[in-house]
Amino acid sequence: MDPVFAFLALLTTAGAVAAVSLRNLVHCALCLVVAFAGLAALYLQLNAQFIGFAQILVYVGAVAILIVFAILLTRGSEPGNQPILSSSWQAGLGVAVLVLGALGVAVASSFVRYYPVSPAPQPTVRELGEQLMTNYVLPLEVIGLLLTAAMIGAVIIAMHEKQGPR
Amino acid sequence: MLGEGIIKGMTETARNFFGSYIDSDRLVTVQYPEQRLPLKENTRNFPFLVHDGDDPEKGLRCVACKICEKECPPQCIFIVLERDEKGKPQKHPKVFDLDISVCMSCQICVEVCPFDAIKMDTEFELSHDDRFRGLLLDKKQLAKPNHYYHKIHPVEAAEVDERLAAEKAKAEAKAKAAAAPKPAAGPAAATAGKPAAPRQPVPA
Amino acid sequence: MQEILDQLFVLLKAWLVGFFPLPWQPLVSILISVAALILVFALLFAVATILERKGLGRIQNRYGPNRVGPCGFFQPIADGLKMLIKEDIVPSGADRVVHFLAPIALVAPVLLAFSVLPYGRNMAPIDLDAGIVVFFAVGAGTELAVFMAGWSSRNKYSLLGAMRAIAQMISYEVPLILSSVTVIMIVGSLRPIQIVEAQAGYQGWLPAWHVFTPWGLAGFLLFAIAATAESNRSPFDMPEGESEIVAGYFVEYSGFKFALFFMGEYFGMFAISGLAITLFLGGWHAPLPFLEKSIPSYVWFFVKLFGFIAMFIWLRGTLPRLRVDQLMNFAWKFVLPMTLLNILAAGLWRFLPAGATRWLVCLVILLGAFLALGRSMVARRKWSPRKYRFAE
Repeated sequence: MDPVFAFLALLTTAGAVAAVSLRNLVHCALCLVVAFAGLAALYLQLNAQFIGFAQILVYVGAVAILIVFAILLTRGSEPGNQPILSSSWQAGLGVAVLVLGALGVAVASSFVRYYPVSPAPQPTVRELGEQLMTNYVLPLEVIGLLLTAAMIGAVIIAMHEKQGPR
Repeated sequence: MLGEGIIKGMTETARNFFGSYIDSDRLVTVQYPEQRLPLKENTRNFPFLVHDGDDPEKGLRCVACKICEKECPPQCIFIVLERDEKGKPQKHPKVFDLDISVCMSCQICVEVCPFDAIKMDTEFELSHDDRFRGLLLDKKQLAKPNHYYHKIHPVEAAEVDERLAAEKAKAEAKAKAAAAPKPAAGPAAATAGKPAAPRQPVPA
Repeated sequence: MQEILDQLFVLLKAWLVGFFPLPWQPLVSILISVAALILVFALLFAVATILERKGLGRIQNRYGPNRVGPCGFFQPIADGLKMLIKEDIVPSGADRVVHFLAPIALVAPVLLAFSVLPYGRNMAPIDLDAGIVVFFAVGAGTELAVFMAGWSSRNKYSLLGAMRAIAQMISYEVPLILSSVTVIMIVGSLRPIQIVEAQAGYQGWLPAWHVFTPWGLAGFLLFAIAATAESNRSPFDMPEGESEIVAGYFVEYSGFKFALFFMGEYFGMFAISGLAITLFLGGWHAPLPFLEKSIPSYVWFFVKLFGFIAMFIWLRGTLPRLRVDQLMNFAWKFVLPMTLLNILAAGLWRFLPAGATRWLVCLVILLGAFLALGRSMVARRKWSPRKYRFAE
C-alpha cells in the first residue's frame, strides 16, 4: 500500500473516530475538520485538484464553521455528564459489522472486479466546467434552486420577529 | 457620491506624509535624550537637601530636627542625629536617607521644614538597576548647593534667600541687643552663631 | 545577459538541484522553493513592519522608529529578538492543545498559498490547474485557526474577536471570490500562470492588464476592498479592535506565538496582494513595453507588491475602524451586488464585439450601479429615539 495513502487514511479515520468519541464538543468539531482535511488530501492524492480544494473550501471553511457556531450558540462548552457510549452500543456494533460484511460480500461477488482497471482520467478544471454546463446542467440547476429555496427559508425564519418595534 | 470622503481623507494623509519630509516644523516630537524641553518653574520631583557654601558636609542647613521625618506621609525619610563623644547633640544629621521608591512627591517635608533645608528637586532621570539600594538616597547624594536651587527654582530660591537674610539680620540685631546690657553672654552667643554662620539659628 | 538576469533564480535552482542524485531531485527542488519562499517573505514581513511604522508615523507627523540602526531600519530585528525571548504565557483556563495549535494552523496554510503564485517568468513554485481555488481554500483554513485561537484562550474578548473575525471573513469571502470570477471567466482558466500569460502584450503603450478594462477596474477595486477585509487590515480591523476588545482573538498570546499571529496576518496580506497582482495587474509583466526586457520579471512582481503594501499602510493611516453593522451593510448591500453586476459586465465584454460599444455598455452598467448603490449607502438616516427589541 502506498505510504502516503496509508497515512492519510489513518489520519482521516483517526479524526473521524475522535470526532465521535471526545467529550468536548468543540474538540469533536475540530477533529471532524481533521477528517475533512484528510479526505481533501486523499482527493488531491488522486489528482483531483478541484474537488480537493473545493472540499477544503466548503467543508473546512463553511461546514465546520457552521458546526462550531451551532455548538457555541446552542449550549455551553462544558462537557455533559452522560457516558460517551450509549447503553446499546453492542447492538450498534453488531449492526455495523453486519452492514460492513454485507457490503464486502456485495463488492467481492460483483462483476466489476473482473473488468480491467481503466486508466484514471485526468480531468482538468475546464473539462469539469464543460461537463457541468452541458451534460449535468439540469442537476446543477436543480441543486441551485434547492439551495436558493433553503436560503430564502432561512431568511424568512430569521425575519420572523419583524412585528416588534423597528 | 460614495467614496468621496475616502479620497478627501487620503489626500489629507498624503499631504501630511510628504509635508513631514519637507517641512520639519510639522514634526512635533522632541527627540528626548538629545533634545529637551525646558522644565516648568513649578516642576517638582523628589526632595533634596540644600547646603550653603561649597562643602556639602558643613554647609548643610538641616539640623536633624526630624520634623520632616515625622510629617512624611509614606515615611520615606530616616534621620539620625549626630552626637559628639560626650553624647551631646550636634544640630547636624549623621544619617539622612530618603527612599525615592516610597516618596510620593507631596512636598509636605518642604512645607514643614523651619530651616528651608529641604526643597524639591527637578531631576527625573533616576532609574537604577538596583531597585532597593539604588533608589535609597543618602545624605551625600541628597546634598545640593544653594546655587543649584537657584538654578532650578529661581523665584522661589530668591524668596527663601531674602527671608533667611532678613531672619539672620533680625537674629543678629537681637543678639546685639542682648549683648549690650550683658557683655558676659556675648562670647557665648558669638560662638553659638559662628559655626552656623550661614545656618539659621533656632527661632525662639 | 538580460535573459540570464531574468532567469537568474530559475538557473540557480537548477544548478543547485543538479548536485543531487536523480531520485532526490524532486524533493530537493521542492525544499529549495520552500526555503526561498519562507526566507523572502519573512524578510518582506520585517521590511513591511518597519515601513508601516514609519509610514504611519509620517502620516501622523511623527518620526516613527528611528533609533535602532540607520534611520531605525534595524527595528524589526530588535522586535524579533524581543518576541523570541519573551515569556510564553498560556492562561490557566485555556485549552492547551488547541491554544498551541492555533498559531501554526494560521501560518501554515498562508505559506501554502504562496506556493501557487507566479513570481516571475517560469517562477511559480507549483503549477496547479486549480491554483486560484487554493487561495480560497487557504482563506477557509485561516478562519478556523482564528476560531481556534479565540475559543481556546477562554477569554471573552478573544471569543468576541474570533466571532467578529469569522463573521467578517465569511461575509467578505463571497465578494472576494465573485470579483475574481470575472477574470476566471474571461481567461477561461484557474491556472495562475495562464492568467498572467493572458495579460501579456500591449495596446500601444497601455499594457493588456485586466485592470485597464471597465470590468477589470471595478473587479480590482471590489477585490481590493474584500482583500482588505479578508486580511483583517484597517479599516476592517474589527476582529482586533484594540480600543474595544483589546487585541481580539490573540489577546492571550504572548512571545513568539503572538509574533506568529502577527506574521500570519502580514503573510495573508502579501498572499492576497499577490493574487490581486496575478489576477488584475498583469502579474510579473512590466507596465511599459520598453521595460519588459530590460528589467527582470520578478522585480516587477515585487514592485507591485510594495505598491500594495504602501496602499494598505496609507489606508490604515487614513480610515477609522468600521462598526459591525456598517461592515455587514457594506458587504451585503454594496459589494455583493456590485460584484454580481460586474460578472454581468464581464460576460457582456466577452461577447460584444471589440470597440467603443462594449466600453460604453460596461461603463454604463457599472457606473450606474455604483451611483445607485452608493446613493443608498451614503443616504442620511432619520434618527429617532432608540427602541429596544428585547429589553422590555
